[in-house]
Formats: sequence, C-alpha cells, structure tokens
Amino acid sequence: MASKRLGKQTVMLQNPPRITSTASIVGPKEGKGPLRLFFDNIIEDEMWGEKSWEKAESKLIRETFSKVLQKGNKTSQEIDYVISGDLLNQCIAANFGLRESDVPFFGVYGACSTIAESMSIGAMLVDGGFADNVVCITSSHFCSAEKQFRFPLELGTQRPPSAQWTVTGSGGVLISNDGSGPYITHITTGKIVDMGIKDANNMGAAMAPAAVDTIVTHFKDTGFTPESYDLILTGDLGAIGREICVELTREQGFNIENIYNDCGLMIYDREKQDTHAGGSGCGCAATVFAGFVYKKLMDGTLKNVLFVATGALLSPVSTQQGESIPSIAHAISITTSPER
Amino acid sequence: MQKTMTNKEYQAYVEKKTPNSKTGRNVLRAFLIGGLICTIGQFITNVLKMMGYGQEQVSSIVSLIMIFIGALLTGLDIYDDIGRYAGAGSIVPITGFANSIVSPAIEFKSEGYVMGVGARMFVVAGPVLVYGISTSIVAGIIYFLLK
Amino acid sequence: MDNTIMTYISAFIVGGVICAVGQILIDKTKLTSARILVLFVSAGAVLTALGVYQKLVDIGGAGATIPLTGFGYNLVTGTFKEVDKLGILGAFTGGVRAAAAGIAAAIFFGYLMSVAFTPKAKR
Repeated sequence: MASKRLGKQTVMLQNPPRITSTASIVGPKEGKGPLRLFFDNIIEDEMWGEKSWEKAESKLIRETFSKVLQKGNKTSQEIDYVISGDLLNQCIAANFGLRESDVPFFGVYGACSTIAESMSIGAMLVDGGFADNVVCITSSHFCSAEKQFRFPLELGTQRPPSAQWTVTGSGGVLISNDGSGPYITHITTGKIVDMGIKDANNMGAAMAPAAVDTIVTHFKDTGFTPESYDLILTGDLGAIGREICVELTREQGFNIENIYNDCGLMIYDREKQDTHAGGSGCGCAATVFAGFVYKKLMDGTLKNVLFVATGALLSPVSTQQGESIPSIAHAISITTSPER
Repeated sequence: MQKTMTNKEYQAYVEKKTPNSKTGRNVLRAFLIGGLICTIGQFITNVLKMMGYGQEQVSSIVSLIMIFIGALLTGLDIYDDIGRYAGAGSIVPITGFANSIVSPAIEFKSEGYVMGVGARMFVVAGPVLVYGISTSIVAGIIYFLLK
Repeated sequence: MDNTIMTYISAFIVGGVICAVGQILIDKTKLTSARILVLFVSAGAVLTALGVYQKLVDIGGAGATIPLTGFGYNLVTGTFKEVDKLGILGAFTGGVRAAAAGIAAAIFFGYLMSVAFTPKAKR
C-alpha cells in the first residue's frame, strides 16, 4: 500500500502544508448576508461592468486570484500551480479568468465541491514535494448558473421551498510549504454516490448521502471522532440536506450534531433574503471558507475543522433525459496544531 | 458506501423531509392575479366592442395588446416579480406566453441576435406552438372526416 | 351597466379558476412552466373540439380566452371554420390563420423587447 494512504479513501500528509492566504469576492446579495464583514470585496451589481454574466464571473476569479497573491505577498512567478474550475460548460469562468495568470494550470470539475477538490490536489502536490506554492480557486455566479441550468432570469416562475440560491462569488486559497497559517493534515476523497434523487430543485437531498459517505469514511480511515473537531462544515447541503446528513451519520454511529454547520445555511439570512433552502454553487463553500472560516482559524476561535464541500454532478442534458443526480463530497482536515 | 437504506427507502425518506409549498396560499394568489389579468383583458374587449369592432377583430386586437403588455413588463424587469408572487396566475394567461418568449431572448442577447435572441426566443414558446397547432390540425382532420 | 359589471365578474372568476388549476399542478407535481403551457394549450384545443370549451367562453368571456387554454380554443375554432370553407386544407390553414395576430405579435414584440432591454439579476 502506498505509504501515505490511510484506509479506503484517505491520505495523511507527512509534511502538512499550510494555508497561508485566502481571498473572497462576493455579489451584492451575499454582501447583505450574515457573513458580509468577512469577505474582501463586495461587488455592486452582478454584471460588474462586463458585457455578460459569464464575463463577470471570469472577472470574479481573476480579481480573487490577484487578491490571494496580494494578501499572501507572492507574485504569480512564485506560484507553481493554479487549480481551478467552475459550474459553467467547459469551466469557461476559470479558463478565461486565469487566461493571463501565467501560472501552470490544472482545470477541475467538482461542481460545488470544486474548492475542496482543488485544495485536495493542491495540498498533495505541496506535501509530495511537487510544488512550493499552489493557488486553489473557484467561483459561481447566480445569473450564469440560472441561464445554463435552469430558467431565464426574467421568466415568471416560482421556486419550491427546497430550491437553493446559487452564490455569486469567488473564493481562493494559497497552499504553501512554509509561512504561517493552519495546516492541512488529512484528505478524504469522495466517491460518486447516487441514491436516485431526480429533483434538481432538491439538490441538498441528492448530495447528502455523498457527504455522509465521505464523513463516515473519514472517521473510519483516520480514527478521528466528532470530538476531534470543533467544526464539521459541509458546502451546500442546505436546510433539508443538513437534517439528512446529521441523521444518517448518527445512524452510522457518529453524532456530529453539535459541531456541524453548512456553508449554504451560513451565507444568507434565509428568511429575509428569500433563499428557500439556502445557498449553493462552487462559490458558496469557497467564499465561506476563504472569508469566515479562515479568519476563525487564524484568530484561534476554531482549531480543528473538517471541511467537506459537496457537489451535484448533473447537467441540464442529464436532467432532461430523466437521470438522477450523482453527487460527491471531498473532505479536508485542517488544524492549527498538527501534532494532534 | 455501507448502505443503511436502499435507494427506494432513501427517496421515501427524502419525501418526508422535504417541505411542501404552501399550496393554499399559492392557489389563492394565482386565482387573484390570474383573475385580475383576465379582467383587464375583458375591459379591453368591452372597450373595443363599444368602438364597433367585430368579434374576430376584437379577439386579435386583445391578443396583440395583452402580448405587448406581457412583453413590456418582462423587459422592465417587473414580470418576474409578479411571477414569484402569482405563480400560475402569471404563467397561464397569454401575458405569460409573451414573458416566456421575451425572457430567454433578453438573456441570450450576449450570444448575438441570430443564434442568441432569434433562436432562444422559442425555447418555451416553441413547444406551445408545436403542440397547439398540431392538436388543432388533428382536430381539423377528424372534424373533416366526421362531416 | 349591470351587464358590463357581470362580464368583469365572470371574467375574473373563470380566469382565476383556470389559473388556480395551473397552480395546483405546479405545487403538486414536478411540472415546469413550459410543460404546463403545453398542457393548457392542448387541453384548450381538445375541449374546444369536444364542444365543451365554448360554454366556458360564453360564460367567462376573456376569463376563458386570455389563459393559454383560450389560445387552443382560438386555434381549433379557426380550424373548424376553415374546414367548413375549404375542406381538408382548412385543417392546416385555419388554426394559424386565426392565431396570426398573436403569433406575429409574440415574435415581433419579443424581438423588440430583447433589443431594447438587458437582463437584470434577481434580488
């Protein structure tokens, strides 16, 4: 067995890399939400001076990438890899957003789990001695996502209570083998899980089994328990998925209720902002982690975090063909004291 | 995954967990707004009849006006707010048909006027025309054969 | 005067009920707005062919013609008229002829509005 593997799906990093810098830029709706003080920048409107939603999303990634470098005191010449993706067809927000970055580029698609997927790969590259500095970054945009996956913005439709609101925002992190910041010690990579949910308006329920599978596997592979963490954070299970996640993990012997939260529930005020089941999109987990969670890790409020971003691996075509929604969840174990 | 439940069991479990829309409230709102839009149409009809137009002309002119209103309210970013409140009350009237044409047309402007606006206009309206006209043709043929 | 007020009340009630039926479909089934529109226009066409929808139009006026079921009604009554005049050819020409104003308006105003306006984000 490969020397750093633990159990079925986990790797333990021998030289835990550090998250030395993060940045997040969000849209106006997110800028009115409960976490508004934790983001680096709030844009005034969703077009941001561009000619299309897609171009605006590229600008989000481009500007967030610059900010990550600026806050981490690095130039793009010092970055060995940038790993990125987004929700748009062929990931054009990332491709065009990073077109001028001048950094070796890996494009990934994990739907809303993209930030955790890219951080998993980035951390392994640094721990493995393949890189000194890696930027992991992703974005989503409400308007471009609705245009691609659902309905035109001006169409007079009603969203059911289980529907989620795609976050407009980009979040990025810098992972390095030196500097200061919390450590990434373990990575549990998810398997694709599909329990037959077909309703694209109920993504939380579709993704919850994947989150449960990854969290439970993480505990079994590492020997950690819920007591090892002060926060287990999923990406965007929303109100319904959250309940399912807590119940199903409890059934498998792990009670995470007291330390569990979900980025989709944190980023909006559900009542005032009419976001039904909560936020979603690659930008949801990315901005909440890069903005809020990172600050709490840096100031010591949080010491051990299991960050589990979840993604729904569907497309408009698969839905039209009557397919269900396969999902995935990637877990990253982050700590301020690696000797634990 | 160590499955503690089958797919079918999970789907039933999700059904229980997923909250339902407030149907009563939604139906009332749909009734009120839908009724209101139809009443506006009736008003226009009455006015045109008073002005002396014949039945067929009236029906054509009313369609024209209602479609114009639906299209304009969509362009002004108002119709989606009506839709959020009224649901079927805004989808079912012919103003909703206009909304379903204008909204994708505006959305895909960035892809150009031919393949963007021109093609996407019919993303929702197309099926309506296909099935509406086809049904009427079939009805016409059957009617002819029965005569 | 009385008569006019009656037309408004009937239009309101009949139109409201048809929309309410649509709302029940939205809430109780997973039908999206496109499928509902197709369902209603086809239902209107079929009910007109069976002679049922005319009664609704007689009672509700615009309450029956404004909803998309009324578009189906328009198509089929136009078709039957043309079949009476032209025979089988009328089955093809009648519907589109009757709906000509609506279809042309939808296309033209649709295009006009998309030129004049840009999409705005939802709040």
